[in-house]
Amino acid sequence: MNWEVVIGLEIHTQLSTKSKLFSGAAVGFGAEPNTQTTLVDLGMPGALPVFNKEALRMAVMFGHAVNAEIGMTSVFARKNYFYPDLPKGYQTSQMDHPIVGKGYLDVTLDDGTTTRVGITRAHLEEDAGKSLHEDFQGMTGIDLNRSSTPLLEIVSEPDIRSAKEAVAYVKMIHSIVTYLGICDGNMAEGSMRCDINLSLRPKGQQEYGTRTEIKNVNSFRFIEKAIYTEIERQADILEDGGRIIQETRLYDPEKNETRSMRSKEDANDYRYFPCPDLLPVVLTQEYVDQIKANLPELPNQKAARFQSEYKLSEYDAQVLSASRSMAEYFEVANKVNQDPKLTANWVMGELSKLLNQSQLEITQSPVTANAFGELLARIKDNTINGKTAKDVLQAMWQGEGSADEIIDAKGLKQVTDTAAIESMIQSILDANSAQVEQYRAAEPDKQKKMIGFFVGQVMKASQGKANPSIVNPILAKMLKG
Amino acid sequence: MSIDKQDVQKIAHLARLALTEEDAVQYQHSLSSVLSLVEQMQSVDTDGITPLSNPLEMTQRLREDEVTETNQRDAFLANAPQTEAGLFLVPQVIE
Amino acid sequence: MFEQSIATLAQQLRNKEISSVELTRLFLQRIQALDPQLNSFITVSDELALQQAKAADLAIANGDSSSLTGIPIAHKDLFCTQGTLTTCGSKMLNNFVPPYESTVTQRLQQAGAVMLGKTNMDEFAMGSSNENSHFGAVKNPWDVNKVPGGSSGGSAAAVAAGLTVAATGTDTGGSIRQPASFCGITGLKPTYGRISRFGMIAYASSLDQGGPMAKSAEDCAHLMQAMAGFDDKDSTSSETPKEDYLANLNAPLAGLKIGLPKEYFGEGLDAKVADTIMAAVKEFEKLGATVKEVSLPNLQLSIPAYYVIAPSEASSNLSRFDGVRFGHRCDDPKDLLDMYTRSRAEGFGTEVQKRIMVGTYALSEGYYDAYYLKAQKIRRLIKEDFVNALNEVDVIMGPVAPTTAFELGSKTNDPVAMYLEDIYTLSVNLAGIPAMSVPAGFVDNMPVGLQIMGNYFAEAKLLNIAHQYQQNTDWHLQTPTMAKGA
Repeated sequence: MNWEVVIGLEIHTQLSTKSKLFSGAAVGFGAEPNTQTTLVDLGMPGALPVFNKEALRMAVMFGHAVNAEIGMTSVFARKNYFYPDLPKGYQTSQMDHPIVGKGYLDVTLDDGTTTRVGITRAHLEEDAGKSLHEDFQGMTGIDLNRSSTPLLEIVSEPDIRSAKEAVAYVKMIHSIVTYLGICDGNMAEGSMRCDINLSLRPKGQQEYGTRTEIKNVNSFRFIEKAIYTEIERQADILEDGGRIIQETRLYDPEKNETRSMRSKEDANDYRYFPCPDLLPVVLTQEYVDQIKANLPELPNQKAARFQSEYKLSEYDAQVLSASRSMAEYFEVANKVNQDPKLTANWVMGELSKLLNQSQLEITQSPVTANAFGELLARIKDNTINGKTAKDVLQAMWQGEGSADEIIDAKGLKQVTDTAAIESMIQSILDANSAQVEQYRAAEPDKQKKMIGFFVGQVMKASQGKANPSIVNPILAKMLKG
Repeated sequence: MSIDKQDVQKIAHLARLALTEEDAVQYQHSLSSVLSLVEQMQSVDTDGITPLSNPLEMTQRLREDEVTETNQRDAFLANAPQTEAGLFLVPQVIE
Repeated sequence: MFEQSIATLAQQLRNKEISSVELTRLFLQRIQALDPQLNSFITVSDELALQQAKAADLAIANGDSSSLTGIPIAHKDLFCTQGTLTTCGSKMLNNFVPPYESTVTQRLQQAGAVMLGKTNMDEFAMGSSNENSHFGAVKNPWDVNKVPGGSSGGSAAAVAAGLTVAATGTDTGGSIRQPASFCGITGLKPTYGRISRFGMIAYASSLDQGGPMAKSAEDCAHLMQAMAGFDDKDSTSSETPKEDYLANLNAPLAGLKIGLPKEYFGEGLDAKVADTIMAAVKEFEKLGATVKEVSLPNLQLSIPAYYVIAPSEASSNLSRFDGVRFGHRCDDPKDLLDMYTRSRAEGFGTEVQKRIMVGTYALSEGYYDAYYLKAQKIRRLIKEDFVNALNEVDVIMGPVAPTTAFELGSKTNDPVAMYLEDIYTLSVNLAGIPAMSVPAGFVDNMPVGLQIMGNYFAEAKLLNIAHQYQQNTDWHLQTPTMAKGA
């Protein structure tokens, strides 16, 4: 059977506010257990929530970025269930009236095609705490530092049809929220977590198959792998004539499989109702418009500008603008050397390679964008050639100084003096008279191959410092005799 | 409106209340009588009426995004039945 | 001395005729002597009270005092008081010592009031007789075989018996007004949002409102001066500026338009109580008020609407009592579920468990629209009834309760019958308007309260009306015999 996969994603994005959604406790990762909690986060009797202004602004920014309707009146609701890391016995979320309504996102895939993914809604909610299952006298420890951390849950339509599309969509969301500065995007620390709703249906069938939900997947790679393995699992069951059970599953990266979270609860009944401790959040058009007017440039807009302003290819523009920090690095470096194509090639090529090798983010690069731009300027003004530049970059990476310092210290400056090059070539031609004879006797297209030998000799004699763009024409002229 | 013993046990489970058989019978009666009392609402036509959840119909005030609280873990943990290493302890949670 | 008004006591304190320490000792002694008969206090905080009294005396000596400085008061045991046991009348919290102070108690403390202790109440404020307390029933000082009303029964009994000058209470469906009526004291339930709910252990968040309970309207006004006002820790707190509750107490009532809702004087109202209320209304006419009939057609529906909305909110509000971070935890839980279900079943009393289950049911899938949403729509009808009536008149008057205080134990077997007696108070909470209970006479030696309901944020007006009445009557000055015994 030819199956079509249907995927919808729920992405929990941690908003990078200073304080929590409903309390003045600091938001942060890795603090000592229960040191970043207040009466509110602990659900103390009598404690009451007050809503964080910045979380609201961030949610509205996101809404604009995905072309969504903004909920002019949004309402917090309580989702009631018992769990030890849920201190109040309910999670404050939004149900019928979310802050962000219907929107969409155009996602560019690796092959350059674009697909539109509908956004159903995005709503504000508070995070729960953490259960620590290490053994405390055979008991579980509860840390509520994360409790009431602001989350924006972004729910997509079931418009995604492959693992690749899913990953491209999540990357796009990641890029948008980091561009907007509303999320640090740190997936390893749980700043973005993804629930995958997945079902299969025979190609051509209209109605959806039964879906499963894979909870809490927290890296691009795991999202892709979890989807592949779940597709396979569901397809196997369906091919054997079995039925999919609607359930929540967990992805185990070590075994690369999903497994059922055996629900103790036969059926959840969350008893949603409007939170009586919080009031409807009512926005003015002016507020919403003002946020829209001050929205930073988004990835797609930046890519378009890179194409028009810097004459970059669509591909280069997309890659560079996928991450806000890479785009910024590119623009700073380019400002120094004024050669967009050269800068783009080097940022995407040599720099990215070194970052990968060192497992560093571009924001952690030991070579600043300015310093990198200066290095590229030396290529552009023919002080060094590309090959030497790679060595200089290595030295800069090791902290040996600026490009100019290293070029000076190591005497790597190219020879551009025409007379010096002429005399160097003359002595090479003299020493290789047989090859010169052969060259002169050969057909023109054969000559093209033979000239490489002489270039090599010149480079060897100059220890790589002769500028090929100067060497080549002089050499051709002198070989003619 | 009356509910049966099974309903009572289901509700009690959702509300995390341990009921004995005897309790369940008791609550079956008392809940049924409350539910009959509230049943009279159904005779009223409320079509087109907007639900009222806050008597003043005020809107939400916003708090500045500032950290205003400091660590008070010891005070906050003081009422807990069981703690260790700054954590609240509960019977093992099986995932 | 124990019968004096706040104004008089404040004067005596300032004149050094008495010190706050002496006054505090006097009340502590009265509590010790009389409260065994009443059970109105859960905690008496002698040491703290004397400390605060000393501080008050110092403040008075330094000329840095308000009218509440050095005045002994008590708090309903659902206001969180830092370092002092706060039980909410429940076994669930019988060891809970809050790490923080509620806004109400903090403001009264800052005004210099001395806290004598925490008063008994129906568990989690659920009840109208104060028989639902884990710490035992409270007795009515006018007849210790009768209930004081609830849920703020401890506060009402303590004020009536002169065990405290005044007290705080909370009112979700009548819990200040009905015990005030039963005990012959003056109580004010302010407009929803007028008094901060921060630190007040929630029963039903959209209905709960704290307020003063004292011997007179003037005393209530003194408490309101400190208690009322915006609090940024409570999202439902109103930013409407608070009034000066003392400034207009003496404004004349000539021209006051009083509405009498016909629904308040129908079937179910004790005839003698009705006569008492009508006599009080006559008194207002003498003071220059005019009276007309108004209608609150949806009054009956306030009972079902309340008994859906309040339990629904309560079912969620009380989920935090799970045995994890505070409160009762059962012995030797065999697993997590066992810990939850046994801790909660052991910690909560029957009435609380029942209301949690009613609310859980009303919110559950398939029933939400028929119960919760329906009740919220009816809530709007009830609010509109009041808005319409208050367009015609300045205030609405009627009884607080259909009868005077009933015998202890007489209604415990039929809780629904008890629910029905809240008919005159519930609708006020659903609408969110302010209302008072003012002593208006006696029926068979038991006090009767007159209810005065006003428009949103009309607390100063209500206090003025009640004060004028009290200037011309002495019902509020009557003291139960048992109080004179010490």
